[in-house]
Amino acid sequence: MAEKMLTLTGNAATAWGVRLSRPKVIAAYPITPQTTIVEYIAEFIANGELDAKYIKVESEHSALAACIAAENTGVRTFTATSSHGLALMHEMLHWAVGARLPIVIVNANRAMGPPWSIWADHLDSISQRDTGWMQSYAENNQEILDNMIISYKVSEDRDVMLPSMVAEDAFYLTHTVERVMIPDQDLVDEYLPPYEPEYYLDVNRPMGFGSLVMPDNYFEFRYKIQKAMDDAREKIRRAVKEFREIFGREYFGLVEEYKTEGADHVLVGMGTLVSTAREAVNQLRSEGEKVGLVKVRYYRPFPFEEFRDIAQRVSSIGIMERVMTFGYHGPLYNDIAGALHPTDTHPYMKNYFVGIGGRDITVRDIKAIYWNLKKSCERKDAREIEYVNLAGPGAMPVEKEAVEKKEVVQ
Amino acid sequence: MKQYTWEEVLLTPITTVPSDEMNKTGGWRTFRPVIDYDKCIRCWICWKFCPDAAIRIDKEKEVPVINYDFCKGCGVCANECPKNAITMEKEV
Repeated sequence: MAEKMLTLTGNAATAWGVRLSRPKVIAAYPITPQTTIVEYIAEFIANGELDAKYIKVESEHSALAACIAAENTGVRTFTATSSHGLALMHEMLHWAVGARLPIVIVNANRAMGPPWSIWADHLDSISQRDTGWMQSYAENNQEILDNMIISYKVSEDRDVMLPSMVAEDAFYLTHTVERVMIPDQDLVDEYLPPYEPEYYLDVNRPMGFGSLVMPDNYFEFRYKIQKAMDDAREKIRRAVKEFREIFGREYFGLVEEYKTEGADHVLVGMGTLVSTAREAVNQLRSEGEKVGLVKVRYYRPFPFEEFRDIAQRVSSIGIMERVMTFGYHGPLYNDIAGALHPTDTHPYMKNYFVGIGGRDITVRDIKAIYWNLKKSCERKDAREIEYVNLAGPGAMPVEKEAVEKKEVVQ
Repeated sequence: MKQYTWEEVLLTPITTVPSDEMNKTGGWRTFRPVIDYDKCIRCWICWKFCPDAAIRIDKEKEVPVINYDFCKGCGVCANECPKNAITMEKEV
């Protein structure tokens, strides 16, 4: 099969990424907006296009438990979920990490209720930050497909052996049709060889899995996870580089810098808002503004070295987050601030909560964020958090420049 | 318990030998079941009921034998024995 181009929703692109990765067990439990992923996979299996066991389970907790049990037998597995489904998996997310099973799942980023919402928001996966899963956030449907293949490769690396979560924004990706290149299966097989773990269930080599340890030994197992996560950074950079060499698409590693050359102010974001921000940066650059953009592809392991490097080159960093974590700044802001704390480089930083619960983020919104950041940096504004487009008092004030130039904004 | 460095422990907590080879759990016992082989009719009910598989069948003597390394003294065997051939004696 040669490379071909299809027009696919994000969920169909995910299913293709799964199909090309050749997992042997799929656990399926429906939840909006993920459901069609496992439906497309069911079709592939029914058509004989994917050779895998398809297990219909009674909850998300069971879905991941099924993947864990299957992965323990030494085969590649997959499941997909979203929002409250991911929350219900929480216990098993920890188990997959502690048992060092390189499962790959897709999470369609959806808001947590109540109030009920099925729209895009990163709180579901951010809430699972400390479980030890690697997390990548996709900007478009092609990136979802490619992240699937890259994730299996990094996860199954003998020095990593940690599960991966591929995140895609609800509806902006899951249900939006885009052009997607389907890579050649032979090339994928070359890039991603069959999964061959060191330890697996084998009647000829009996072992007990998930044993109890005393306080004398627990810490050492946990240290190994921390070390694997640290080592994964370089493995991801290498896997992305190898991916480019074979498939020709460039993902830069853990972060992508866009027009940051000579930039005074940079905006940071994850997921689909990055595409909108690219256009905003294009327009602002054409207006003579020195602005750049940083796309966080991998949230865990966190790209702290990349941010230490970027911070040396800029006056300010505006961190846009499609997630509300309560009681302090947003997660990206905290992590970037933490990365810069031990250094001598402390650019002006401001946190922008935007697009919460799937609220549209327009080019104009991002240009308004830029003007706010620039003015705040000049004034050394002490306000650290802005609530973009909040209805009511406390919303981000929109700078005069952002309003005056609205005629050029799409 | 012996401490291992993080380089020595396996990738994941896997046991390659049964834990009972290292950990004799019979020490938990307060009451010890004792079989009176004169009363025993070899019905093997105690062997079937033992929740810890701590009773084995001695093939040569054709009698049930209690493995006190793992018997926790729950008394199920004594309760089930149709001939009251098993008595529970306090450990000293």
